[in-house]
Amino acid sequence: MTAIKPLALTASVIALSAGLAHADSTPALMFDLGGKFDKSFNEAAYNGAERWRAETGGSYREIEMQAAAQRVQFARRLAEAGSNPVVVMGFQNAPTLEEVAPDYPDTSFVLIDAVVDLPNVRSVIFAEHEGSYLVGMLAAMATETNTISFVGGMEIPLITAFACGYAQGAKAVNPDINIIVNYTGDTPAAWNDPVRGGEIARAQFSQGSDIVFAAAGGTGLGVLQAAADAGLRSIGVDSNQNYLHPGSVLTSMLKLVDQAVYDAFSEGPGLETGIVLMDLAAGGVGYSLDEYNADMISDQMQEAVEAAKAAIIAGELGVHDYRTDSVCPAF
Amino acid sequence: MDIATLVQVLDSTLRLATPLLFACLAGLISERAGVFDIGLEGKMLVAAFMAAAIAFVSGNVWIGVAAAVAASVAMALLHGVASITFRGNQLISGVAINFLAAGITVVIAQNWFRQGGRTPSLSGDARMRRIDLPFAESVRDVPFLGPVYHGILSGHALLVYVAFLCVPLTWFVLFRTRFGLRLRAVGENPAAVDTAGVSVVRLRYGAVAICGVLCGLAGAYLATGLSAGFVKDMTAGRGFIALAAMIFAKWRPWHAMGAVLLFGLLEAVANRFQNMEILGLAVPVQAMQALPYILTVVILAGFVGKAIPPRAGGSPYVKEH
Repeated sequence: MTAIKPLALTASVIALSAGLAHADSTPALMFDLGGKFDKSFNEAAYNGAERWRAETGGSYREIEMQAAAQRVQFARRLAEAGSNPVVVMGFQNAPTLEEVAPDYPDTSFVLIDAVVDLPNVRSVIFAEHEGSYLVGMLAAMATETNTISFVGGMEIPLITAFACGYAQGAKAVNPDINIIVNYTGDTPAAWNDPVRGGEIARAQFSQGSDIVFAAAGGTGLGVLQAAADAGLRSIGVDSNQNYLHPGSVLTSMLKLVDQAVYDAFSEGPGLETGIVLMDLAAGGVGYSLDEYNADMISDQMQEAVEAAKAAIIAGELGVHDYRTDSVCPAF
Repeated sequence: MDIATLVQVLDSTLRLATPLLFACLAGLISERAGVFDIGLEGKMLVAAFMAAAIAFVSGNVWIGVAAAVAASVAMALLHGVASITFRGNQLISGVAINFLAAGITVVIAQNWFRQGGRTPSLSGDARMRRIDLPFAESVRDVPFLGPVYHGILSGHALLVYVAFLCVPLTWFVLFRTRFGLRLRAVGENPAAVDTAGVSVVRLRYGAVAICGVLCGLAGAYLATGLSAGFVKDMTAGRGFIALAAMIFAKWRPWHAMGAVLLFGLLEAVANRFQNMEILGLAVPVQAMQALPYILTVVILAGFVGKAIPPRAGGSPYVKEH
């Protein structure tokens, strides 16, 4: 027993010095199931982290999971390794942090896309309905068939909020517009089934839609592909997806996840916790305009959208958030 | 429902039924020879990945298809080695194939393309072209014939037609050739085949290899015909639906075609009619999407009657000494 005592003592000394070393500890990023290079939500987070690395020369840890069962285990591993802050992606990780965060009170956690009410968690949420409103306006102005459509991954409040904002924006331009709303499925496979996404898009085209907005992760790539194949137009989501099919992707509904990650990394350990709302006013959502879609967005369209954007920021124009009462006025 | 809608749904049915048909025939041949195969899903997945990866690298979709078939046959032979040569449990070997495929495709794709377990998007010659059947344009406006021929039958990738040609071919091989007779016999009573001096092992390996080829075509069509690239887990349970169709068809090729067309139709309908009202009652999206699976259960439990698998199915053949 006596031999063990000094051993335990040394161990605690090491732990202490390790704790000191963590005063300027490395931040960490945990991706959601879509994977780091989903060309969308998670890739935006990766880009934000890379921007931080390029600007500060710092380094960060990252982890990608392969199965939902790894959520808690991986979050714990990052906190255990002394990472601070730990940025966790995706609304499905809300229960993860509810379980893990209380065990590491000195570690700051950042949850993207959902709210967890704990003293050491910052919850970053986006006003997707406002961004979707703007792309809905663009779609309504660009359609030639007076019919536009939406493909969501799963019928959950988050995704329906996209659809609802989109429909409100479209109806603001043209109250008589026809909007088709479809969802891919109700199992996790719904986010990774480009075949079904493409088939749903084709079914919508046969119903007269000529612009489709996809908010469905990897499934969305099939939707964008189907639109490009049919010579019609699509709207990307989360990241700027205009470059995927130049001339076919009308615009993308941007969610500045990269900014949220960049901010969290920059503020470092002990960052301010609570709810951070990334809305239009905060520049957290928007629509993309670049060299790939400049020809499709006329000055007139841009003016109308910018006017609406200013009105929303000024509080003169309210966009209803489906998540508040599960009712959408535009359906 | 107007004609245009009907044409769209049936057109979509053909596309969605094609991978199911390949996989269903693959399972049918393997099980007719007495080797159960629940690894159809895994073989399709590996094939889908190889098709997309090699088509992207080579720029030619047919090289991709060849690679897909080769990879799928390799997986099938792995199943063969485990369950024929080493007489392992066929179900366990099949499950192992599925797990192996789900993991290995993502790992290799990530290491190769660094795009998070997907392949880059395919374009141009790396994708399967749609084929317009002869005279499709000229009969376009003929009533009935126009919509059926131009709208539904024409304009699919080559593999769609290959899949449907495989149905009479499978029937012919199974029921009109000596190889087919022996293959069926080896699934019913391998001892009798062995007594007649025909190698049970060789026949079963042959069946498993054919199964691999067909699964390879199914996966290749998914990745290069239906979509433009590989995404992880993109088979999304189609291998299991194909198994259900096979049982539904009671291991018969023509019935298999009917079964996969039914499943394809159900999926196409679920995609097209998500917000349906029946008698003033709005049917929720989830109910429509669950429809193919609910009907699978209903059909299998209620209407098929007794589906009797080949008698020697699932049991490895041990020669008496």
